[in-house]
Amino acid sequence: MAKEGLGFEITELRLGLPGGSMTEKSVKKRVFSEISEEEKSNGKSQVVGWPPVCSYRKKNSFGDKDGSKTSKFYVKVSMDGAPFLRKIDLALHKGYSDLATALEKLFGEALRDADSCEFVPIYEDKDGDWMLAGDVPWEMFIESCKRLRIMKKTDVKGFGVLQPREALKGTMKE
Amino acid sequence: MFWGSRKTIDMNYFPDEVLEHVFDFITSHKDRNSVSLVCKSWYKIEKYSRQRVFLGNCYSISPERLIARFPGLKSLILKGKPHFADFNLVPDDWGGFLYPWIKAMAKSRIGLEELRLKRMVVSDESLELLSESFPNFKSLVLVSCEGFTTDGLAAIAANCRFLRELDLQENEVEDHRGYWLSCFPGSCTSLVSLNFACLKGEINLASLERLVARSPNLKSLRLNRAVPFDTLQRLLIRAPQLVDLGTGSYIHDPSSEAYNKLKAAIQNCNSIRSLSGFLEVAPCCMPAIYPICENLTFLNLSYAAGLQSNELTRLIHHCRKLQRLWILDCIGDKGLGVVASTCKELQELRVFPSDPFDAGNAAVTEEGLVLVSEGCPKLNSLLYFCQQMTNAALITVAKNCTNFIRFRLCILDPIKPDPVTNQPLDEGFGAIVRSCKGLKRLSLSGLLTDQVFYYIGMYAKKLEMLSIAFAGNSDKGMLYVLNGCKKLRKLEIRDCPFGDTALLEDMGKYETMRSLWMSTCEVTLGACKVLAKKMPSLNVEIINESEQTEFNLDDRQKVDKMYLYRTLVGHRKDAPEFVWLL
Repeated sequence: MAKEGLGFEITELRLGLPGGSMTEKSVKKRVFSEISEEEKSNGKSQVVGWPPVCSYRKKNSFGDKDGSKTSKFYVKVSMDGAPFLRKIDLALHKGYSDLATALEKLFGEALRDADSCEFVPIYEDKDGDWMLAGDVPWEMFIESCKRLRIMKKTDVKGFGVLQPREALKGTMKE
Repeated sequence: MFWGSRKTIDMNYFPDEVLEHVFDFITSHKDRNSVSLVCKSWYKIEKYSRQRVFLGNCYSISPERLIARFPGLKSLILKGKPHFADFNLVPDDWGGFLYPWIKAMAKSRIGLEELRLKRMVVSDESLELLSESFPNFKSLVLVSCEGFTTDGLAAIAANCRFLRELDLQENEVEDHRGYWLSCFPGSCTSLVSLNFACLKGEINLASLERLVARSPNLKSLRLNRAVPFDTLQRLLIRAPQLVDLGTGSYIHDPSSEAYNKLKAAIQNCNSIRSLSGFLEVAPCCMPAIYPICENLTFLNLSYAAGLQSNELTRLIHHCRKLQRLWILDCIGDKGLGVVASTCKELQELRVFPSDPFDAGNAAVTEEGLVLVSEGCPKLNSLLYFCQQMTNAALITVAKNCTNFIRFRLCILDPIKPDPVTNQPLDEGFGAIVRSCKGLKRLSLSGLLTDQVFYYIGMYAKKLEMLSIAFAGNSDKGMLYVLNGCKKLRKLEIRDCPFGDTALLEDMGKYETMRSLWMSTCEVTLGACKVLAKKMPSLNVEIINESEQTEFNLDDRQKVDKMYLYRTLVGHRKDAPEFVWLL
């Protein structure tokens, strides 16, 4: 009811006395605190123009929350032995250890079911090469990672996984 | 005999050229305005010799009248939309168009050389006309503007043969293609400042490198996100004389050759005093810039969302000469402690929220601010977004730092009281205005009653700009301010219980101010009409976004948004339908 008042105020003709505005003022404050409560549960501000951060800054430094940036970093994750692939949003994670925790959560069951073998996380990069995860800075990783695979260590020998290019050059010189 | 009988020299004895030469030394706008009021001959000399004009409100005068008043105009600063437009409180198409100004100046053959705009709508057409009409045009600075695309920038690049400065700050630009940068002709070697950090799109990197290579006077270069690490390294090699650098993307493998090359290139850049950018950043690459941190006076990491608190503090440890710091609140209170103990020369601090919608996670509190006030006694300018504030903290800050000129505090929950005492923050802000006698700009937040306005009216004698939101109890609050703050120029109020009585008490006051904004307050349409009628020197504008037309509204209805400003030229002709000119 209070919220309705806020919306329709301007358009409705009021026959009440000017003194009636006292209640509206407190209604506004009350409405705001109601909105604040919502805000805390939604995680999103309902009040226009608050906090007073200019719109350019809002669009450009908090991009992660807008959705447009996050969807860019969704990658498929497959795990040897697990029946279904999963999708994970790399942008939501701060680093490799954070990612490892998330992967454990996703594939917990399959990890437990596997007979005590070790797993190796590899990823396909922009060039189509399969790389060992963990070598390059996290930010570089999320920019170049196209998909992830949690591979059984025992399968590695037959796979032909590449080392990062610089290291490869080094070995070739020899 | 003539000389002997006079006690003072009559200035009018001197030919005009001498007076003009004397006036050349008078550069402040205020002083020049005063000079023109002395007498008719001074008015005339000042009028023709005036080159620089500042218009805080583009609707206070028309282009034609400005040109008639100052035919020698070379450098113009224009501001358009009201400040609250930054926070989406002003609908699109409200106004603030550049085109009429360019058209009028072109028509009158004004020798425009410099143009600086803030919150204006700048069309490609106006940029094209500008580039074609002023052969000596040297400097274009656009801040928080919109309405143009990279096609307009291409025209500037292509046609302004002596361009020294192209500075784009936080504009909304539609990015068509990267070719605009390639439009700088090979003969253009005059660039001193190039800032395109706000552009989203790709640019021709080879063109950029060539441009920088042929600009020996380039002192300021701010890149956009699309400029990668490798290019940055090559640019720095070509421009070791840079004083101000804004990086684009700053991500690379720190064990790579490119990274080592960048390290070497940066060490050669001994003149860099100002650093910004890091729009995308790999924290492990930050050590490359430590060598230049020693001499930095301005550091802007407010868009570097990829840096966490420990990385920020590691960096700041190296920045002993810092005077201005813009940073995100993820630095935390502890990080601000590092700022306090390291940056003894600090004058300006801006702490922005890294997550504006989740007040619970805001990483700085009153503690960080107190630490900075203790460590940085030269602090005079503050913008601080925080989770909470206490009266005790503000009182301490007021005691430690008496030099504040700008004090803007934004508590993310705008009606939050002092969490320790549960009291409003009246006493805290009161201490600030009492202690900081030179305070010119103040923004309030937190739970506030009329009492804070009593203090402001009583003590803030030099205050020029005041921003209020969700504060006060009654008209008395606003009246304290209007009556007490003699130097007030801009007052902007939202969501406060101030109404007609306050608005109409001293209507003449608004003629001494640039503008007044009131939204979601208690002001009625009737009162606005009364004000408009009594004060023809003011434009009183109502922004009405509902479906209602003027005729259906009762005078007793509250207006949602009112913006009034003094003007010499009456109603503007370009107001959209939703703006009513009373």
